[in-house]
Amino acid sequence: MPLLDVRDLSVVFQRKGTRPVRAVDGVSFTVEPGQTVGLVGESGCGKSVTSLAIMGLLPRRGNKVTGEVRFDETDLLKLRPQDLRDWRGRDIGMIFQDPLSSLNPVIPLGLQVAEVLERHQGRTRKAALKQARDLLDAVGIPDPDRRLDEFPHQLSGGMRQRALIAIALACKPRLLIADEPTTALDVTIQAQILTLLKELVDDSGTALVMITHDLGVVAGLCDTVNVLYAGKVVERAYRHQLFAEPRHPYTHGLLQSVPRLDVDRGERLHQIRGSVSDNIPWSEGCAFAPRCDRVIDDCIGETVPLEPTFRGGALRCTNPVPQEVPA
Amino acid sequence: MLRVISRRLVQLAVTLLALTTLVFFWLRSLPGGPVDALLGERATPQTRELLTRALGYDQPIWVQYGKFLQNVVTGNFGNSIRTGEPVTEVIGRAFPATVELAVAAIIIAIGLGVPLGYLAARHRGRVLDNATIIVTLVGISIPIFFLGYLLKDWLTQGVHVFPPSGRISTGLDNTDVTGFFVLDGLLTRELDASADALWHLVLPAVTLATIPLAIIIRITRASVLDVLDEDYIRTADAKGLRSPTIRKRHVLRNALLPVVTIIGLQTGALLAGAVLTEKVYNWGGLGTLITDSISGSRDYPVLQALILLAAVVFIVVNLVVDLSYAVIDPRVRVR
Repeated sequence: MPLLDVRDLSVVFQRKGTRPVRAVDGVSFTVEPGQTVGLVGESGCGKSVTSLAIMGLLPRRGNKVTGEVRFDETDLLKLRPQDLRDWRGRDIGMIFQDPLSSLNPVIPLGLQVAEVLERHQGRTRKAALKQARDLLDAVGIPDPDRRLDEFPHQLSGGMRQRALIAIALACKPRLLIADEPTTALDVTIQAQILTLLKELVDDSGTALVMITHDLGVVAGLCDTVNVLYAGKVVERAYRHQLFAEPRHPYTHGLLQSVPRLDVDRGERLHQIRGSVSDNIPWSEGCAFAPRCDRVIDDCIGETVPLEPTFRGGALRCTNPVPQEVPA
Repeated sequence: MLRVISRRLVQLAVTLLALTTLVFFWLRSLPGGPVDALLGERATPQTRELLTRALGYDQPIWVQYGKFLQNVVTGNFGNSIRTGEPVTEVIGRAFPATVELAVAAIIIAIGLGVPLGYLAARHRGRVLDNATIIVTLVGISIPIFFLGYLLKDWLTQGVHVFPPSGRISTGLDNTDVTGFFVLDGLLTRELDASADALWHLVLPAVTLATIPLAIIIRITRASVLDVLDEDYIRTADAKGLRSPTIRKRHVLRNALLPVVTIIGLQTGALLAGAVLTEKVYNWGGLGTLITDSISGSRDYPVLQALILLAAVVFIVVNLVVDLSYAVIDPRVRVR
């Protein structure tokens, strides 16, 4: 039984006087307990909106969320907002992209960690702060006793992200959602944070939904990967399979665009032509068709369904990249 | 912290010197003067000359200026031309009245403004919010003297809800301790005097509070809306914190920063507003003193001292505002 079962999740942004925007369009995926699942795609493909919809953190006005988000058999979308607050932070933790703006500038770090323990574990302020100290220590923040009284602006970017991780994992949630946790950090710190995340997740058995545009992150961390394009899942596969044999031309293009060390200098990096704005609506065929190298007549006209592949994945493509015939 | 304060005090001295100079020459460049004002149009040249010499206005202006500066530095502001009393005494009598009025107005403006602005933000786009926007627009636009007479007419003439003028009922025997009548009554346990003074205070304070109140509501509303959009509020939501905790701990404190700034800036407007309000309600504070000193007699010494006092109050309030930033926002704290 999956821990998280997202079924046919759609998010439509609707503002008065503008055309509704379908940011997430019937996304389904599951996360097993302890599993790490990647949501990958370029900016605007709906990956962050998906995570916010799961957490019930989208603004209350101006959008419509449909589908089901079953967490441990409970449909989170059906909960009253105040009841959902009991789940957030306790059963599902979340890490955000920009650690500086995600921490409150006027509250000492200790309290920002401790308050989640006070809320969900009924700790007193004193006990919660003591536990917060240990948490900061566990995520590798040096001199945690002093840090308790410090403010976010006094910490480095890497330490802030560590603090956010400490907050998200404080109550030992069963699921952690990380929304581009390394995007705002420089490369060496990125590696440290990813290693830390991997250790913590492995040790605690927490399931992880990793949202990223960085295929390197996926390669190092995820068991299963969902590739999103224009609000829909276009390919789902186990990590090794995805990297070895991408079937969707979009996934293929993404992998080709990663700079490699074993290619001659000066050789032009592959790029996917066009931009997201060239998309056609999914109802008129494959949204990716105008940018696709393998486009054929069948790609346009009808909605392309997401079909299971015999290797346990799924694919939404009429003319996929051919598989190599095993020798 | 001490370094900041001392640096600001030096700035204060420089500002005051510049202002004193400006005011000194500006007052004397106005047509007419104390001699004309005191003696009237039909005075003989002899009396005019006599008085001019007696007041020291026959000396070259830079000599007058030098003397004036010297006196100011030693704390001697001279005597009022109008009454002959020392300026410090005249102002000392009027100052508590204005402070009492201004403090009452600020309490109303903050006490109502911050909660109303907050509520408007929470009910953004709904009836309460729209009503607030309209009411604050009226509040900012309506002239003080007009609102003052309007309130006075409604609430003291037709229905006698409030007393029409003055700080305390005549015949009420109150002991003067601090010059703040409401406070005095509490200190001496003359509660009837305290209540009476408070009753007199209501209309003037409300009149004076309207503009700062409207501005504080608007600023609070905008500021709360800004903060609600911040990433750290989303983090607080992701922690599953209850709404009241998020509001009190995460929203309010961040939203108050711009409000504090505005409160500092509004002190200036409050001092200006006090002149009009005091005139309407015959309050007998600095506002009344300043109008009397200009129109009646061109009372140079009193006017100069008043303007200096206003400047000092304004600068000190803004210093307090700056220091309170440090309390609210750790990022501006000086290590």
